[in-house]
Amino acid sequence: MVKKALETFKVEYLQVLDTSGNADKRLMPELSRNQIKELYELMVLVRTFDDKAFNLQRQGRIGTYIQVKGQEASQVGSAYALGPKDWIFPTYRESGALIVRKHPMHMLLQYWGGDERGLKSPEGLNNFPITIPVGTHIPHGTGVAWASKMLKEKVVTMTYFGDGATSKGDFHEGLNFAGIFQVPAVFICQNNGFAISLPREKQTASKTLAQKAVGYGFNGIQVDGNDIFAVYKVAKEAVDRARKGEGPILIECITYRLADHSTSDDASRYRTKKEVEEWQKKDPIGRLEKYMRKNKILTDKYKEAVIQKSKERVEKAVGDFEKMAPSEPLDIFKYTYAQLTKELEEQMYELTKGEL
Amino acid sequence: MAKLNMVQAVNLALRQEMKKDKRMVILGEDVGRNGGVFRVTEGILEEFGEERVIDTPLSELGIIGTSIGLAVNGMHPVAEIQFSGFLYAPFDQIISHAARIRTRSRGRFTCPMVIRSPYGGGIRALELHCESQEAILAHTPGIKVVIPSGPYDAKGLLISAIRDPDPVVFLEPMRVYRAIKEEVPEKEYTIPLGKANIVKEGTDLTVISWGAMLKYTREALEKTNYSAEIIDLRSIKPLDTETIINSVKKTGRCLIVHEAPRTCGFAAEIIAQINEKAFLHMEAPVVRVTGFDVPFPLYKLENYYIPDEKRILKGVEKVMKF
Ligand SMILES: Cc1ncc(C[n+]2csc(CCOP(=O)(O)OP(=O)(O)O)c2C)c(N)n1
Repeated sequence: MVKKALETFKVEYLQVLDTSGNADKRLMPELSRNQIKELYELMVLVRTFDDKAFNLQRQGRIGTYIQVKGQEASQVGSAYALGPKDWIFPTYRESGALIVRKHPMHMLLQYWGGDERGLKSPEGLNNFPITIPVGTHIPHGTGVAWASKMLKEKVVTMTYFGDGATSKGDFHEGLNFAGIFQVPAVFICQNNGFAISLPREKQTASKTLAQKAVGYGFNGIQVDGNDIFAVYKVAKEAVDRARKGEGPILIECITYRLADHSTSDDASRYRTKKEVEEWQKKDPIGRLEKYMRKNKILTDKYKEAVIQKSKERVEKAVGDFEKMAPSEPLDIFKYTYAQLTKELEEQMYELTKGEL
Repeated sequence: MAKLNMVQAVNLALRQEMKKDKRMVILGEDVGRNGGVFRVTEGILEEFGEERVIDTPLSELGIIGTSIGLAVNGMHPVAEIQFSGFLYAPFDQIISHAARIRTRSRGRFTCPMVIRSPYGGGIRALELHCESQEAILAHTPGIKVVIPSGPYDAKGLLISAIRDPDPVVFLEPMRVYRAIKEEVPEKEYTIPLGKANIVKEGTDLTVISWGAMLKYTREALEKTNYSAEIIDLRSIKPLDTETIINSVKKTGRCLIVHEAPRTCGFAAEIIAQINEKAFLHMEAPVVRVTGFDVPFPLYKLENYYIPDEKRILKGVEKVMKF
């Protein structure tokens, strides 16, 4: 009789910056003072945009909006690790990652204002359009990375999704392919505790989401997703390794959505105020601020200036968004196929002439 | 010129395009080492290597989902779904993504890919190995649906599908994979998507069919004395309405034969087009002979489900004797 353990595994957790703003020097990623300032400025910009978009929705100036609030470190820290030609595959919650990847903010508002043109990634940027059906874009991140490997492009993909998405078949099939074909893909799972109302514990019996990677033959790691240094460090290592051809990785960011699921949701139906307050204390922006103060990178004056500048940029984006020419009704036909079909020509005629 | 069956014709088209287009890859279950369960991809791995002929895990959603990514980033994937019944799992990827990426990104990203799948009944196969989903697919804006009826068309249509800038679902009728041999030129040629083929000209009635049913419809019509104009659709989407309308204006009568279930089957769309564009030319209501609105039966009863000669001839009588 033979009885032996064939495989054991461990899942690492990383936190660099504690909630009081003290960083562990041994774990600190390589970041200059200017880069730290840039990370801070990006997080403040994302928060400012997010709050503004929420207000615009409440005023009826845009439609449904889905907030980032609370997840800024997970999104900014990860997207900041990418190179200029790398790709992101965002969900509806990734305004933060999209802003880091230079997707114009007025176009994000245009999208949430119901105008598809807002999703058109400007030339030179590989921001894949936002995916609404949960998890279904995960195989696309794998596929684009696979093509990058075939074409020897050394370009990496970063695919974002929530804890809920890990229950989908797309997650399994996308990660399984990534493992088999060793593609340069980084998977960022923002575990924000909930999929609308469903708590993380009911999504899977698995102790961590990171460990799911083990089943696909690659590494998974859990990080404090409200600690921008930890997120950046892990993401940067993952991106560098993927670029070198060392395969995919799954990063689980433990974070919390401070807002409702969307502007149509009321989170008080499924979580307590006390829980939200506990997480507010771990706010990623406040935490970095404490660190920067302690290390004399941030002064009140600088902070004021950052907030002011962010407001100006966001206000300008709102102005640009509201000045945009409305889309042409015929625009709905134009991108269905490379060339208009006869049926579509007939239907365009029907729309323009009001005749059948 | 060699006489080939459809399996060989598809194989030839794939090889020739692989040679020409360095960015083309073939992927699917058992397509490499095994040459595909129908041997459609036989020998292609040996010729082009594992980097371009890829045996994937058993994962239809993964095959289509990653093919979308491959296509978006500049490769030209030709994915095989082993049997069309297994298209249901990746339908979400086809409908929610492949079909919409051009629209969603306002043309910035596109998805030039081909999904090949053997389809239809008549070969005593297992459950869910016999589906005909052309109407479900054609209902989805953003994809094209192509069905060859014989080897010559299979080669020319597949080459066009591979070169098309949009996602194309290419359904191969299993029942005639080896039942028809035709002259298939070695030399490269294409057959345009969106153009129907008038297989035979006639004056008494127009008969429209596609895929495997075309052969059996033709054979049935040989037993009548009517002069039938027989049209093979070749492309379900885009549909060549012009050829259909011109024909029915001439004959005034029309019979449509397809294997898929009747309700919302593709005949319904053709009838609607005739109704809109040629109503006053018609001498009789359009008649359709189709599969029944039941799950495709196991093989003991499949021949009662698939339109046969008797039912096709009844359809001819109905439209002619009105
Ligand atoms: C396939 C699918 N099912 C259901 C929904 C409706 N829905 C939108 S978001 C959501 C929860 C997603 O949770 P998670 O993946 O954890 O991401 P989060 O929204 O928390 O960022 C649900 C159920 C959807 N968009 N797509």
